[in-house]
Amino acid sequence: MESYTPYSALIGGAFIGLAAVVLLWCNGRIAGISGIVSGLLQPAKGDSGWRICFILGLLIGAACYLWLTPPAFEPRTGFSNIKLIVAGLLVGIGTSLGSGCTSGHGVCGVSRLSIRSIIATVTFLGTGMLTVYFLTKF
Amino acid sequence: MTKNLTSLFAGILFGLGLAISQMVNPQKVIAFLDITGNWDPSLILVMFAAVAVSFVGFRLVTKQSTPLVETRFRIPDRTDIDSKLVCGAALFGIGWGMAGYCPGPAISALLSGSYEPLIFVTAMFAGFGINQRMTRT
Repeated sequence: MESYTPYSALIGGAFIGLAAVVLLWCNGRIAGISGIVSGLLQPAKGDSGWRICFILGLLIGAACYLWLTPPAFEPRTGFSNIKLIVAGLLVGIGTSLGSGCTSGHGVCGVSRLSIRSIIATVTFLGTGMLTVYFLTKF
Repeated sequence: MTKNLTSLFAGILFGLGLAISQMVNPQKVIAFLDITGNWDPSLILVMFAAVAVSFVGFRLVTKQSTPLVETRFRIPDRTDIDSKLVCGAALFGIGWGMAGYCPGPAISALLSGSYEPLIFVTAMFAGFGINQRMTRT
């Protein structure tokens, strides 16, 4: 528990919730990142601008914070590229097949008490924990 | 135009949240998933705070008949549990646990100076494409 950071977690989480509320309030959209991003690959007319702007916002928001504040963590080094590629493929296929990720199901869906999102969230938390267990133990 | 600006603003808030909460740090995410090891429960609080704010916010927002700059709300209304949902979520969790990135933090970390998100996000786009091709008939 040496790296437990309750305050930054609560503040950061509140920002994420606020972002989801703003996007629904203004644009009528659910802030599901995998859906917003993957929608760019099958573009419908007039439907790409807000997606690109949201992604730009993610980059700007995170970069400003990471560049302007003292580093809160040491970047990971020497991590396997093969693992990154396999993980990226699984996350891409999985979120596309399961219609959502941590944001769309885990935050927005759970807040709406959607049964699909609750099942999805329990499932990805479960397989995520099992994966870490097997990768660290074996 | 306005809808792009409001979306940009929401994106900035989201990116700030991911950076402040350190979800952009894959080591933090893996420490959260490592419940039998040196467990770091911080990300439960991230989720708790995000859900608490949107739980209240969504209820206030959907009292309006339309969103501010769009013609209608687009909120999923499916309630069926199918194998796509469960298998997709299961695969996503495996990838999440392997590298410690989910889509939002990976994209947000693209400018962090680490090369990891670039490789991950490229593969993730390939994954979106593979699934869209498989399900298109």
